[in-house]
Amino acid sequence: MDINAAHSLKRAVLTAAHRIGLFLAMATICLPGLWIVLSSLRPTVEIMAKPPVWIPRELSFDAYVAMFSGVGQGGIPVLDYFRNSLIISVTSTVIALAIGMAGGYAFARYRFRWKTSIFLGFMLTRTVPGIALSLPLFFVYAKLGIIDTHFGLIMAYVALNVPFTVWLIDGFFRQVPKDLAEAAQIDGCTRWQAFWQVEFPLARPGIASAGIFAFLISWNEFALASQLTRSTNSKTLPVGLLDYTAEFTIDWRGMCALAVVMIVPALTLTFIVQKHLVSGLTSGAVKG
Amino acid sequence: MAGRPDGGTTRSREAKSGFLKPWKLPAPFLLLLPTFIVLAAVVVIPLLLSLYSSFTPFRLTRPDTIWTFIGLRNYERLFTDWDFWVAFGRTVLLLTFALNLEMILGLGLAMLVEKATRGQRILRTIMMFPMMFSPVLVGFQFKFMFNDNVGLINNALQSLGLTDRAIPWLIDGTLAFIAILVAEIWSSTAVFAIFILAGLMAMPREPLEAARVDGCTPWQTFRYVTWPFVMPFAFIAMTIRSLDIARAYDIVKIMTDGGPAKRTEILWTLIARTGYSDARMGLANAMAYFAIFLSILFTVIFFRKLAQARSQIGAEW
Repeated sequence: MDINAAHSLKRAVLTAAHRIGLFLAMATICLPGLWIVLSSLRPTVEIMAKPPVWIPRELSFDAYVAMFSGVGQGGIPVLDYFRNSLIISVTSTVIALAIGMAGGYAFARYRFRWKTSIFLGFMLTRTVPGIALSLPLFFVYAKLGIIDTHFGLIMAYVALNVPFTVWLIDGFFRQVPKDLAEAAQIDGCTRWQAFWQVEFPLARPGIASAGIFAFLISWNEFALASQLTRSTNSKTLPVGLLDYTAEFTIDWRGMCALAVVMIVPALTLTFIVQKHLVSGLTSGAVKG
Repeated sequence: MAGRPDGGTTRSREAKSGFLKPWKLPAPFLLLLPTFIVLAAVVVIPLLLSLYSSFTPFRLTRPDTIWTFIGLRNYERLFTDWDFWVAFGRTVLLLTFALNLEMILGLGLAMLVEKATRGQRILRTIMMFPMMFSPVLVGFQFKFMFNDNVGLINNALQSLGLTDRAIPWLIDGTLAFIAILVAEIWSSTAVFAIFILAGLMAMPREPLEAARVDGCTPWQTFRYVTWPFVMPFAFIAMTIRSLDIARAYDIVKIMTDGGPAKRTEILWTLIARTGYSDARMGLANAMAYFAIFLSILFTVIFFRKLAQARSQIGAEW
């Protein structure tokens, strides 16, 4: 009886500790984001108030209205930045996916010499920090005259994303049994048809998540974009965020609003993709 | 005697390679060609160019200086440049702290979530939340929160009565380093957590039960059963993190820009400053090569650990 009571007490304490730990961890993760959203909705006076105002007295969308109302009214050219970000991210993702599919298929289905070394070589190109790469790229792009163009950034992002798309797609194709494509070929498909009608549909969820992964990297990239863009012609949102910082002052509310605009597409896409992403990365790397 | 099985395998290999070779040019070569072209054009050739220019006194403002060859003088200057070594040391320190703490916290987080009986899906989604934030956003967000005047942290500390003065988070060198570390850890612990969680969930139940039957303490079970199994997943996360470790540039650039007075300068902010603000491209490229070697070193270390851990848990993978 006594042992039972002690045991159940111990169990209750453990459960409570687990709950509290979980709650604290989740709160730490969520709090910064919630704080940004809240700050974007309250007037600047409240943000700057001393002593701090914890419960907002009024909420308004003024910051968003000001942001989208153009350069003259204290806004920044957000629409231009948004358009640039979208064009550059989507185009580079599509190209990186096409190239990654070819490469990933080669790694998953064929045996050839130096396979492991080539794979490692691809991965090593990804170790070059963006800022280190930006120095020579800046020089080359300046010579070619493609600084501050969509084309230049798209090229850079394709190269940035290709190693990862190859890795992920390789993993997903390996999960598709080889026999299926062989069976289709015995039934009279060409290799090309077998690929598109059997293997591609099976690997599609994985390929889609590789695409979203690539999109997020392009959407969030800063080090290259900050050096290779100059004006509204090609500036992307992460670079545009800096428009809110002047020499000594920062428009916190405006920045928070732009941050929310940036995070919403990323948030939505990541929710869609999360499951496949982990399985893809682990199968590609663990089964090696 | 030995001829028969041999002949069998040769025939099946022939059949297979016949099946795999419908084109005249080797198919894998054609399929990999686009990857090679893109990586060569955007990464390899520019890097060779920057390797060359690290042997010149190249300045963006005087383009013809690229033809002056000065040998290893840029590298010599690096070895005697105190600022550079301080930044280098600080970068290694930041990486070491960040990666280790992220690993421990990620492990803790993954185990908390794995133990939860209800709402696991929602918990997993929340856990991945910071991964969606652009590093620039993370930097800005923590700059806002650590602001000595209007920041959330100081406001909270003052409201709770823990301190009555504004702590200069981003102005004092050590405190700024801690603030940057916090931002780094907040943004990337999720990477470790999701991989370790994937490992925990893929883990078979039998060894755990066997350990309990044999009378292992929870700590022993964790140390000798769970951890060896989860380790490869942790090293995948390490490898990925070491690949994109240059995120630190974005965060530091926004939060302190290497300041105040270079007290939080890391390798990458120093490179950007030397290359663009001071326009000394040659010297900056020499520094960049150091940064690249640092990245490759970290990646190779984790790759080898991954291979080790993989062979340790055996062939069923």
